[in-house]
Amino acid sequence: MSILIDENTNVLVQGITGRDGSFHARQMVKDGTNIVAGVTPGKSGQSLDDIPVYGSVREAKGDHRIDATVIFVPAKFAGAAVQEAIDAEVPLVITITEGVPVLEMLEAYNAVKKKGLRMIGPNCPGLISPGKAKIGIMPYHIHLPGNIGVISRSGTLTYEVVYNLTKHKMGQSTCIGIGGDPVIGTNFIDALQLFENDPDTAGVVVIGEIGGEDEEAAAEFIKTKMSKPAVGFISGRTAPPGKRMGHAGAIISGGKGTPDAKVKAFEAAGVPVANKPDEIPDLLKKQL
Amino acid sequence: MKIHEYQAKELFQQYGIPVQEQAVISDATKARAAAEKMGGFVVVKAQVLVGGRGKAGGVKLAKNPDEATEHANAILGMDIKGETVEKVLIAPAADILKEYYLGLIMDRTSKKIVLMVTKEGGVDIEELAVSDPDKIIKFPIDISAGIDESALVEVLTEVFEKTALVEQATETVKKLFTLFVEKDASLVEINPYALVDENTLSALDAKINFDDNALYKHDDVDGMKNPEEWSRDEIDAKQFGLSFVSMDGDIGCIVNGAGLAMATMDIVKLYGGQPANFLDVGGSSNPEKVLNAIKIILRNEKIRAILINIFGGITRCDDIARGIIMATDQIDITVPLVIRLVGTNQEEGRRLLEEKGFSVADDLSEAVKTVVAS
Repeated sequence: MSILIDENTNVLVQGITGRDGSFHARQMVKDGTNIVAGVTPGKSGQSLDDIPVYGSVREAKGDHRIDATVIFVPAKFAGAAVQEAIDAEVPLVITITEGVPVLEMLEAYNAVKKKGLRMIGPNCPGLISPGKAKIGIMPYHIHLPGNIGVISRSGTLTYEVVYNLTKHKMGQSTCIGIGGDPVIGTNFIDALQLFENDPDTAGVVVIGEIGGEDEEAAAEFIKTKMSKPAVGFISGRTAPPGKRMGHAGAIISGGKGTPDAKVKAFEAAGVPVANKPDEIPDLLKKQL
Repeated sequence: MKIHEYQAKELFQQYGIPVQEQAVISDATKARAAAEKMGGFVVVKAQVLVGGRGKAGGVKLAKNPDEATEHANAILGMDIKGETVEKVLIAPAADILKEYYLGLIMDRTSKKIVLMVTKEGGVDIEELAVSDPDKIIKFPIDISAGIDESALVEVLTEVFEKTALVEQATETVKKLFTLFVEKDASLVEINPYALVDENTLSALDAKINFDDNALYKHDDVDGMKNPEEWSRDEIDAKQFGLSFVSMDGDIGCIVNGAGLAMATMDIVKLYGGQPANFLDVGGSSNPEKVLNAIKIILRNEKIRAILINIFGGITRCDDIARGIIMATDQIDITVPLVIRLVGTNQEEGRRLLEEKGFSVADDLSEAVKTVVAS
């Protein structure tokens, strides 16, 4: 098993005719994902390879069962694309786009909660259940099917961690990039709960970074609500306060979001924290 | 994005939030006229984007126009936490009976816009949040539902007590919230929100931060941008599509992805080195970006080695390799380059670099050890 997506997930790609959307739609098909349709406003009736393109999410939904949608629409239009997916009640909305205004995502977050849907991202690499499906932009070949869950606020850092896990033959059930923005649809706790409930996940890696207090909340959740072991990693230990480190969410502000507080919270919860990604496999092995 | 107090007050005014009369000058000889017009007894305040200007001596009361000139002279050109004061604001000195604090922030945890109010203004709210968090009254506002006015009045009554003051504060909060949402702010703050006579509250200071991602919607806000918020290198990097932050060390770092870039800096430190910068070349891997990244890093004379750490996903290792080769062809790089390339098209990237005599690592820890030792 895996969480959220598997070989039966039918996927829609919003922004499928764009540069990133078309490239990654093809890549996802190659990696075994069921891409059933795409959306680009004004391009109804066209197709990308064998994938039919529709003018709206609703139109696509008329012809296909859609379990998840992945959004590659440019930042200025991404908020509206997310809203469109929510209005059409797509159960799982994944936004890859970086640079979406925070208040737009706040509105989307409220709408998603109201309708009982799930949103992942924005500003995330998506998620992958190796051997089953990939909805996102991660390089497929570094992954290996297995029983480790990976949750991360980052993209390439996740690849680094997965690369090290795979090198040690520690395969992954699902790897989920939750996104580097201040407002994201699925946080660490949501993902941890899913992994806790997944019978085929044996242990979890939580990759956090400076900014916000989600890692602290995750530590508390692991301590009080989880039976499965976890290992943590925090990036940005050398980052100066008040400076945004690339991700909109990666900033130490108002005395909150410091790496020390996060490392301490993990350690207090009995979650070992790796100093560098290549220490993660050994730390996790000791926990399993 | 941050703006100065005087700019924030101009925005307040547009939204009907009462602020004092103000004059902004960058030439001390103009202080006299401004002070005279305001009756002589004025406050002279440094306009800087960093906090803590009061403690640094950047805010002074002047009893007469002579003193105003004197203070303006002293404050203009002053260095406050690395920022040179280029403008001062002159405003009538208010008779402060009591100080409060009002602030709106976007709270990541609750996904609400949270109003914070305290009975003690002028304080450092960040310090108070740690030392005595119960003194901060919080009122969450759901952006989709808007303000529940009767609940707001109830909360503000606790703080301001007198009806006249509660009414003013309620109006101010409503307007601040409108400003916050319409202009995509991430923080709006009045500190102190002061009682200047028995029945009047006034915003004696103003601070607004904006969401950088929403600036494209607001030309007026974008036009308030202050170059002093970023270093020259940071501004240039932005133009090239790079995300860059200067640090104190001597090892230049070029990485793809913000999380990995931070982790790379951390590992440099872990092995006893000092990172000179955070630099994320971003997702697409135009070779020009690598060239520009190296150019910006080499402006720093302290640099003794450069580490290039790429984990190819969208970024292709062969594009990065071409960028490195382009850079070595065009500029004279006298410091060692340590290159680590893994991921999409890594074989091609390695081949290109090895042909040119570069060695390429595939283990990050090894690469960091090498760069620290070089």
